[in-house]
Amino acid sequence: MNWIDIGHIDDIPERGARLVKTHAGCVAVFRTASDEVFAASDRCPHKGGPLSEGIVHGNKVTCPLHNWVFSLETGEAQGADEGVIATYPIRVDGGRLFLDITELAARSAA
Amino acid sequence: MTEKLVVIGAGMASGRMLEHLFDANPDAYDVTLFNAEPRGNYNRLMLSPVLSGDKTYDEIVTHGDDWYAANGVTCRFGERVLRIDRERKVVVGEKGEVAYDKLVFGTGSNPFIIPLPGHDLDGVIPYRDLEDTEAMMQLGDKPGAKAVVIGGGLLGLEAAAGMAARGVDVTVVHIMGHLMERQLDEAAGYLLRKSLTDKGITVLCQANSKEIVGKNGRVKALMLDDGTELPCDLLVMAVGIRPNIALAQDTGLATGKGIHVDDQMVTSDPSIFALGECVEHNGAIFGLVAPLYDQAKVLAKTLMGEPATFVNKEVSTKLKVTGCDLFSAGDFAEAANREDIVFRDPARGVYKRLVLEGNRIVGAVMYGDTGDGAWFYNHIKDGTDVAEMRDTLIFGPAFQGGATADPLAAVAALPDDAEICGCNGVCKGTIVQAIEGGAGDLAAVRATTKASNSCGTCTGLVEQVLAATLGDDFQMPTAQPICGCSDHTHEDVRRLIKSQELKSQPAVWQELGWKTVNGCHVCRPAVNFYLLADWPLDYMDDPQSRFVNERNHANIQKDGTYSVMPRMWGGMTDANELRAIADAADKYGAVVKVTGGQRIDLLGVKKEDLPAIWRDLNAAGMVSGHAYSKGLRTVKTCVGSEWCRFGTQDSTGLGIKLEKLLWGSWTPHKVKLGVSGCPRNCAEATCKDVGVVCVDSGYQISVAGAAGMEVKETEALVAVKTEDEVLEWVTAFIQLYRERAKYLDRPYRWVAKVGLDWVKDTLADAGTRADLVERFEISQSVYRTDPWAAEVAKSERYAPLANLMLEAAE
Repeated sequence: MNWIDIGHIDDIPERGARLVKTHAGCVAVFRTASDEVFAASDRCPHKGGPLSEGIVHGNKVTCPLHNWVFSLETGEAQGADEGVIATYPIRVDGGRLFLDITELAARSAA
Repeated sequence: MTEKLVVIGAGMASGRMLEHLFDANPDAYDVTLFNAEPRGNYNRLMLSPVLSGDKTYDEIVTHGDDWYAANGVTCRFGERVLRIDRERKVVVGEKGEVAYDKLVFGTGSNPFIIPLPGHDLDGVIPYRDLEDTEAMMQLGDKPGAKAVVIGGGLLGLEAAAGMAARGVDVTVVHIMGHLMERQLDEAAGYLLRKSLTDKGITVLCQANSKEIVGKNGRVKALMLDDGTELPCDLLVMAVGIRPNIALAQDTGLATGKGIHVDDQMVTSDPSIFALGECVEHNGAIFGLVAPLYDQAKVLAKTLMGEPATFVNKEVSTKLKVTGCDLFSAGDFAEAANREDIVFRDPARGVYKRLVLEGNRIVGAVMYGDTGDGAWFYNHIKDGTDVAEMRDTLIFGPAFQGGATADPLAAVAALPDDAEICGCNGVCKGTIVQAIEGGAGDLAAVRATTKASNSCGTCTGLVEQVLAATLGDDFQMPTAQPICGCSDHTHEDVRRLIKSQELKSQPAVWQELGWKTVNGCHVCRPAVNFYLLADWPLDYMDDPQSRFVNERNHANIQKDGTYSVMPRMWGGMTDANELRAIADAADKYGAVVKVTGGQRIDLLGVKKEDLPAIWRDLNAAGMVSGHAYSKGLRTVKTCVGSEWCRFGTQDSTGLGIKLEKLLWGSWTPHKVKLGVSGCPRNCAEATCKDVGVVCVDSGYQISVAGAAGMEVKETEALVAVKTEDEVLEWVTAFIQLYRERAKYLDRPYRWVAKVGLDWVKDTLADAGTRADLVERFEISQSVYRTDPWAAEVAKSERYAPLANLMLEAAE
């Protein structure tokens, strides 16, 4: 594990997201109404919509371009749509957000 | 032989007892009724509405002269009982003796007067009877009158609220830390205090009275022990009651706190009985009416020689203090082995708290929404194991059973006076009456009540009332729910938000039985709009419930960049603005496009540059063009009489006025206007949502055009003579659309649903127009502002949270 401090949970609006730029592409960091935090690829597999700009409801996000809905827990598209977004380990410690960049770093190396 | 029954005290308990007695056998007793007050039995609980002016004394009389006459009761009202001779079995009144076979004490209670210095001054009164009530009512006639109420219990607060309603400046002095501490916990006490304060009543808690100051034998002020002096013309002491047992003591009956009675309401003398607030039963004394009515039933049976037993049941209190619903039951003190379930909705002022011991509810306090009180009370009484429903327990019976929650629950829960049809002012109760009177379907309800007979948006609700009233006899037509999160249609959600005064998203989710935690991308933007449109001052727009464009105040493009479009009022611009736009295009690498709405679009701006480009455009005096919003977009104009040789009026000037009036407002879908200076219609006004065509004689306003997926010409709304009338009619139309339409219905779709005739009829009334304009202005007091300027201050939100590409390579 390679945890990097990327900011404070309060930097993300409730039921919203912020972006983290990485060598492996943009990662969206989501905060739900119950203050759970998830990290996933910002790119919708459908037409590349920015998921960090989607509406966050429950533990799901809706892509702003064509309303694909993804589970933030599994990364899987919901309903009739088929697709999956990469999800990344993230934890909250004393309000600080730590993103595990092991996989992200591995990807950039590949 | 008819026995002689003498009753001392014509209160609510003895009155109820006599009713039971006469029902059972009107001839069993020859009854004499003494009452110290110069009147018979009236509903003492209703003195507060008399005080506040909602009722008259005549309306709260339970037993009038004719009732006593019809039942052969000898009334000795206004006469005190001096003593009782148990040897001779006679009651000695001020005006003579009466013999008895059986004697009933219903002497009630005396208000407790704190023996403060000055408590015997004129103008120091309790709150107990009609005389006290009248004294308080008279105070309201005196301009600038001040009153102090000692005691923040139910009675004291009723007195305070009643006097305040009559314009008296009232201060409540309460010794405890919060109001009604016996019935409410601190949080509910806080809400109650807030609501009283809103009514202009001053509330002082933890306040100790020290002395009542008088002048010429009359009260002048209350002095507190911290030195505060509260001037007053009347001082009401409402600190509690004590059973009135003086006569019983003189008579030699066994007494403690009250007159001792057994389970049959018999005192220590087998010929003498007692009931009501004067008695003590198994150590308990009584103040609420429910157990007193139980006693009345038991005593009537005892007097008839029938077996009956009085049981003092667990009491729940459901009170209405000054229009605030309160409920409390059981024990709600905190303890180590107890857990709380709390629900708060600050926007609606609702507070609910359940106290659990193990898996059983032991106490409940509710404020603001007490509809489920009886249900919780039953569970307290029955000791129900609530483990299974613990998660949803606080939401009450409507929410038990998980996913199969009854979609009719919200409508079933509406009170009878809840308005269902706003157009015709029809309440739920009226509709239920009509249904019970035989109106079995929508058409019949429409015909009898006019509900849903005008704009029709309440049709779904009327059908639900039908379904809730008729049960299985009614076949519900299938309506399209708002989305998978709810069974309600858009129209129902709108109506319920208004009628239930739902002012927050959690309130909507909970009260309307949403199946998801916080909606989804379909319903949440809709609910967000409905809330801000209906409660502009109470509800704050939630950016997280908006589509990306409205949240970022720019239009996202397919490559993830944004387009930025400043407002050009009525399509007018000038060299300075154009220079600033040109500079911004250079600086941020934007492509420039002239739009159909007579403005200039800057395409290809990166998200992190948005605050900077807005700041630059703001600096040149430009504001957001809202080209991204479900709100007012543009007002397209031609040059009009200012330049054009055919122009009949100043169409450009009018367009600018309209745009300055309407900009910033959120609407169910986008709204575009056009103003043409003559019927040649160069501004293409007749395919807009609202079009104005200037003519020699004034202005023709038409609405509900479309030039998108559908193309449709506008339909004439009205012709008016002046610009001011144009502004009024257009504002009223847009506000009506804001208040009534389904989210994402353009005006032409909405008008097609409700009918142009209905829109015309509604707006034809000058009063309605004025109200709509007023409500629009209230909303605009919040929203007529430039979002760009506000967002510049939050510019960090537009940058990435972190940029790990800057990390040194490993």
